[in-house]
Amino acid sequence: MAELQQTAMKKPVRAFRLGLFSRLPVNTKIAIGLALVLIVILLSLCAPWLTPYDPNANDLNNVLQKPSVKHWFGTDNFGRDIFTRTLYAGRIDLQIGIVAVVVPLIAGSVIGLFAGYFGGWFNILMMRLVDVMISFPFMVLIIAIISILGPGLMNMYIAIFLVGWTSYARIVRGEVLVVKQQEYILAARSIGYGHGRIIFRHILPNVISPAIVFAMSDVVLCILTGASLSFLGLGVQPPAAEWGAMISEGRSYIINAWWISTLPGLAIIVTGLGFSLLGDGLAEKIENQS
Amino acid sequence: MEILRVHFILQRLIQLIPVVFGISIVSFLIIHLIPGDPASIMLGSRATPENVQQLTAQMGLDKPLYDQYLIFLQNLVQGDLGKSILLKQSVNTLISERLGTTFFLVMYASVLSLLVSIPIALWSAMKKDSLLDNGFRTLSIFGLAMPSFWIGILLMLLFSIKIKLFPVSGYGKNFIGHLYYLFLPALTITCSLAPVLVRPLRSKIINVFSSEYIEAARARGLKEHQIILNHVLRNAISGTVTILGVNIGWLLGGSIVIETIFSVPGLGQLLINSILSRDYPIIQGLVLVFAILVIVVNLLTDLCYAWLDPRVDLE
Repeated sequence: MAELQQTAMKKPVRAFRLGLFSRLPVNTKIAIGLALVLIVILLSLCAPWLTPYDPNANDLNNVLQKPSVKHWFGTDNFGRDIFTRTLYAGRIDLQIGIVAVVVPLIAGSVIGLFAGYFGGWFNILMMRLVDVMISFPFMVLIIAIISILGPGLMNMYIAIFLVGWTSYARIVRGEVLVVKQQEYILAARSIGYGHGRIIFRHILPNVISPAIVFAMSDVVLCILTGASLSFLGLGVQPPAAEWGAMISEGRSYIINAWWISTLPGLAIIVTGLGFSLLGDGLAEKIENQS
Repeated sequence: MEILRVHFILQRLIQLIPVVFGISIVSFLIIHLIPGDPASIMLGSRATPENVQQLTAQMGLDKPLYDQYLIFLQNLVQGDLGKSILLKQSVNTLISERLGTTFFLVMYASVLSLLVSIPIALWSAMKKDSLLDNGFRTLSIFGLAMPSFWIGILLMLLFSIKIKLFPVSGYGKNFIGHLYYLFLPALTITCSLAPVLVRPLRSKIINVFSSEYIEAARARGLKEHQIILNHVLRNAISGTVTILGVNIGWLLGGSIVIETIFSVPGLGQLLINSILSRDYPIIQGLVLVFAILVIVVNLLTDLCYAWLDPRVDLE
């Protein structure tokens, strides 16, 4: 029991939910969130048909142009159209948001399931490891891992994965400890079902929703982390278009060309809002159901 | 009560032993997980074989891993974090020179966030569900979706470039100078931190307002401002201190990015520079110091909470 209470108390630090717009009915929230996310996905996928420019082609006759009808977001120091680059960058940033969440979600949930169900040395080992990992500031540990592996998109994924699974393992393990005691699990065992079948067919469906709800807010955090790392020069490398890297590239021109650094940030905000509303709406829906 | 308190502190300290042990292993491994030969990677492509050999011997990289870890622990207990390769200074000096700056920035940002969050939360709670309350909530969802480095650049553009009110970068010479130079960095952190604080603070205040002791205070004829100051805020703030403490890791991580934008000579800037110059002993030392900071702050938060709210059960 003491252990249960401890798990309930130790909510993941990063799990603060964005319960804003909370007056909106749940379905409206989900609808707005979903609409924003879909808009971002469509804009980045349809980029080649939406703009006449190439995201990486230099045009030295059109350097540092102000936002205009021709160039909605202006052009950068290489004459590249920033609106075009912002659209194409969405492909990488959305990929970060998905890959950096789905892989830790799966790995962390499996670890949490086994640790919670079997207990024993595996549980102790994993939970001590989680305790150690969460003592480091999230960002510091990721930066340290990238410093070992070297900058780049792939290494950034590895770093986020090595740190990210801990939250999911903790959430799922906590849920398993509760569900494990339920009568239907005892019933399943008394029928003689194997551990594998009980874990994946009976426990998993009952413990996974909090992890999925957390994953929705984690998408926002991962996109922001990916953009921050690229901003620091540790993630996606130039000349690839990525929102954080674009904001970083514009810093040297901030006095004469404010649009290079500021306008790509709008894309991050729209994406962040979309996923936050979607995650929040889903979380409330699940809470209302149970 | 005193005995309970001492017992509580001791218990917390004992729980920390395996965690501190794990932290030491993780930081130790930072140098040893580098693919290839650490010494030649740290020295770069222009190093001669003699240089590499010298560094290997100096850092004891030729000894078995187990011995190296023991030496690392021994140095750690004596408070020695090794020597920087590029800057030729002890890591202790480099870190202690910058620790104060980062500490100042984080404290400044925390105080600023509380100064912003408490009135907003109080106002929203008293006018619950009003237009204003909803306005603040909408504002805070935007605050959370905005990347801090973007907010930093925007504030810099507005307050240092368009209207030249605050400096673009630097730290200042004395206390007043620090307050002036670090205002924009602290404000940037506040924009992300305040939304995190306002929400729990608001619901806490709403809770306190509907409690029986507030009713009793009103019945005794206390003035509304006395009730707010003596009863509502005291009770609401103790919870917020915990939220601040729990988020310290997130705050320190965020300060790395902010220090880079505003060229604040703190730990974050040192970390990024060391990564770019592959100065692994500094990275190792910093990772360790960051983790210890988080542990110490969390411990202090627990104690602070117990002190602010005597009802906390120390057992």
